[in-house]
Amino acid sequence: MALNNIWVFAQIANGTPTSSTLELLSKARSLTSNVVAFLGADGGNAAAALGEFGATKVYATGDLGGALPGVAVAGAMKAVIDAGETPDLVMFPQNYEGRDVMARLSVKLDKTVITNNVDIAESGDGVTVTTPIFGGNTLVNTAFTGAAPFLAAFRPKSFAAESAGGPAAAVTSVSVPDAGAAKVTAVHVEETSGPKLDEADIVVSGGRGLGEASNYSLIEELSKLLKAAPGASRAIVDAGWVPYSFQVGQTGKVVKPNVYIAVGISGATQHMVGMKGSKNIIAINKDKEAPIFGVADLGIVGDAMKVVPKLIEALKGR
Amino acid sequence: MNVIVCVKQIPDPAVPGALDGSTNTLKRDGKLILDDSDAYGVEMALQLVDKAGGGEVSLVSMAPNSETSGLRTALAMGAAKGVLVSDPALQGSDALTTAKILAAAVQRLGGADLIIAATESSDGYTGTVPEQMAEVLGLPSVTFAKKVSVENGALKVDRQTESGYDEVTCPLPALISVTAGVVEPRYPSFKGIMAAKSKPVEEVKASDLGVTPVGWEGAGQKIASVTQAEARQAGEVIEDDGETFGKIVEFLENLKVI
Ligand SMILES: Cc1cc2nc3c(=O)[nH]c(=O)nc-3n(C[C@H](O)[C@H](O)[C@H](O)COP(=O)(O)OP(=O)(O)OC[C@H]3O[C@@H](n4cnc5c(N)ncnc54)[C@H](O)[C@@H]3O)c2cc1C
Ligand SMILES: Nc1ncnc2c1ncn2[C@@H]1O[C@H](COP(=O)(O)O)[C@@H](O)[C@H]1O
Repeated sequence: MALNNIWVFAQIANGTPTSSTLELLSKARSLTSNVVAFLGADGGNAAAALGEFGATKVYATGDLGGALPGVAVAGAMKAVIDAGETPDLVMFPQNYEGRDVMARLSVKLDKTVITNNVDIAESGDGVTVTTPIFGGNTLVNTAFTGAAPFLAAFRPKSFAAESAGGPAAAVTSVSVPDAGAAKVTAVHVEETSGPKLDEADIVVSGGRGLGEASNYSLIEELSKLLKAAPGASRAIVDAGWVPYSFQVGQTGKVVKPNVYIAVGISGATQHMVGMKGSKNIIAINKDKEAPIFGVADLGIVGDAMKVVPKLIEALKGR
Repeated sequence: MNVIVCVKQIPDPAVPGALDGSTNTLKRDGKLILDDSDAYGVEMALQLVDKAGGGEVSLVSMAPNSETSGLRTALAMGAAKGVLVSDPALQGSDALTTAKILAAAVQRLGGADLIIAATESSDGYTGTVPEQMAEVLGLPSVTFAKKVSVENGALKVDRQTESGYDEVTCPLPALISVTAGVVEPRYPSFKGIMAAKSKPVEEVKASDLGVTPVGWEGAGQKIASVTQAEARQAGEVIEDDGETFGKIVEFLENLKVI
């Protein structure tokens, strides 16, 4: 089946489309010339960037005024579909807002949604998406059955974001039939400095092997010296040592830096799916059986509390 | 205040997962245990009911082979009763069907003031079931809750976001999904474990709940093929002798990043 009309659930952060949005638009335009960016926000400022990466149209709800996007945006999408326009495919980023919108829409349309994908293809068999399981060692290809629209969510960094040099997309306002009863009353942003975790050239992540929260300062110091972004395993996020925004893995950020340094991280499959795509991996772990060594280009079997301070001294002396 | 918690029973994550060669689905034929992710929801529910000064915690679960061991763990923690949906016809069900089934199980219990699920399961991790349930039940929802309280009959939630958190209010009845670490789950006491054995768990089939079609037929998707990804080759692994930091420096120099 041909994908003639693709919608991308688009997101904006600090006035510009997120990297996931641009990745999905880039993939969508390789499948069809008819790409709609569906925004749960004001469209005006982002129309140029969305068009540049492949959107031929923007549907925008306008500011949601504190409504959560799940109910609001899924309802807006359903309203457009009820009015007669049926997309063949709706692409979502696998993140918080994406998950909520796709879940609500899937019930409204009574359609399955296939999540955690890294690829999509059209073939004689129909439309197939690819999901990595078991930490990415096994790939499952799943075909949609039944009638469109097909709903699919993709992990960050599954596709390259490439400018198509397209003109600004025309913005059409769409209405939000129901904003939902939940209301955001305050927004808290955790400040970070230095390069962004999912964009940095080097990432230094710490795990439970650091022993205690205060030792995370070693990761911060090493990061600063290498102009790297500090990251973390979920174990130390759950323990409250660092904010969630530091987490690398299945439920955190996907990173693909030039160099990834894992300190005191065992290498659970849920961590590995978030960093296995790194070009070069260095691991420091005192257990030589730790799974992280299975993907490391350089593995140091040793005590992080001894190796890292020496490494920091050596880098300072340069 | 009455709370219903979704508890998924999953294969022990400590045992490496495997696919069933004939169906290409996760093997779920061994003993199943309570998904750790749901232990947080059970604890949250017990604490909220306790604070409200009345009411009870009930459970819903969908699992093969009449499995109840995970449910018993949650009952041992203090939940009062449960509904288990177990039916061979459900094999191959997608997240949407799972949500319809669980929503129907919630209704069989007569609904509740609050329904709690985890943000994602450890074995399936589609992360969509809770929000799909909310839509099926026509309830407002707050996902990714990392702090929850009830004040003046409404929910107050700190909701995890990509860059921090939002404070959200929501009237009851509602559904929330909670993140790991929201509360510290209690260990079942010996008394709790003994008491759990006699707490009621009603077992029902999909047809009892009036949900059709289910399983492969209702899934809207089919597995086309399974392939192995190219494995990443392990490199050099060396024991630290006090000087291996130099190896790291050399490695970074070769990459010209320092
Ligand atoms: C649904 C689900 C989603 C998940 N999502 C994520 C995710 O997004 N990201 C993620 O990271 N995890 C995730 N997890 C958790 C994951 O399964 C692991 O529990 C977690 O990654 C372990 O973190 P860790 O490696 O820091 O801790 P551990 O597994 O406890 O490993 C600590 C390591 O440190 C080593 N060590 C100890 N002392 C020292 C020392 N002095 N020097 C050097 N090494 C030392 C130990 O040998 C060990 O290998 C998820 C789990 C589930 C169920
Ligand atoms: N079969 C099930 N039985 C009970 N609860 C479930 C089931 N499947 C999913 N859930 C709930 O929904 C959450 C998210 O699941 P998932 O969408 O599979 O990631 C789980 O953590 C559970 O709280």
